[in-house]
Amino acid sequence: MILVYLFTMFFRIGLFGFGGGLAMLPLIFQSVQSFGIMTAEEFSNLVALSQVTPGPMAVNAATYVGFNYAGLPGAMVATLGVCLPAFILMMIVYHFVKKFNDSRIVQGVLGGIRPVTVALIGAAVIFVSETVLAAGPLISKKLLETGFDYFNLIPICIFAVTVILVGKFKMKPIRVMILMGIAGALLCS
Amino acid sequence: MIPQLQQIVVDKKWLEEDEMIDCIAISQALPGIIAINAATYIGMKVRGFRGALSATLGVILPSFVIIIAVVTLLDSIGENTYIQGAFIGIKAAVCGLILVTVVRMGKKILRSVFAWILAILSFIAIVGFGINAIWAILAGAIAGIVYNIVKLSGGQDCALHDAPEADKEVDE
Repeated sequence: MILVYLFTMFFRIGLFGFGGGLAMLPLIFQSVQSFGIMTAEEFSNLVALSQVTPGPMAVNAATYVGFNYAGLPGAMVATLGVCLPAFILMMIVYHFVKKFNDSRIVQGVLGGIRPVTVALIGAAVIFVSETVLAAGPLISKKLLETGFDYFNLIPICIFAVTVILVGKFKMKPIRVMILMGIAGALLCS
Repeated sequence: MIPQLQQIVVDKKWLEEDEMIDCIAISQALPGIIAINAATYIGMKVRGFRGALSATLGVILPSFVIIIAVVTLLDSIGENTYIQGAFIGIKAAVCGLILVTVVRMGKKILRSVFAWILAILSFIAIVGFGINAIWAILAGAIAGIVYNIVKLSGGQDCALHDAPEADKEVDE
């Protein structure tokens, strides 16, 4: 039964995941939360792991969730589920690629979905930061009660330095990740 | 990943340059994992169904093996405070990295009032109201089709006309 859950959950993620790995994060987050198989904390671990290992983010996520929840069979079923929609759809569309790319409806759909992917990635920033930069949801009563203690100072500094290094100095993301991992090991342990 | 793929495929003469551009366009347009879309297409082109299957497996397998290895390893050393510190550092950095990505993408994609409205409404719906991201994606798709039709038949002020439409869909 668990295996069926895992399969359908990740099949759905694969079917609605537009715009690459980061845009799929909110989808994955909401699914694992509603199925109650992962805490926000574990989710952010998964995101961190996916960023420092190679390969498509959604495959990393499916393997991670499936393996943690139901061992090797879980990992296989979840990964199969997340990959199958892309595989099947491409098999179907393969024969009329040109027509598909030029279709007005497809162009319309994409014109509407692209702005939504920006919002999805924005949501991913919020979901991940709530587990690392602050002690919980960014907008909450607890924030008013505890004030600045609500925020984690060192992670916020690491966050800011990353934004500057990647955004302004165009440093390679993977290098920054490794650097910040070392910084975290020294400063946050 | 895509530039890497492009180079290999064209070097090996699996696909012509413009065919490859089509392949990438469609891979990004279809839902699902972009790398798997592309692998299926290229595999299909070179060796038919069996090609598609093996190319897809090839994309999946490294991630699959690496994640299982790392998770198993973390199970035994994950309690270590330095490892946990490193995780905090990487997670904080990931927030920054995603923020930079969203700003870059936003600059490229959010170039009309219509796009801004859609993005802001879906963001509020997902983060503020906890609405399932799938609804935002479907609403975006419908709004995009409507916008395209209105733009064809109507004048310049179409962006204002279908804003309520997008609103309604997202709030569902």
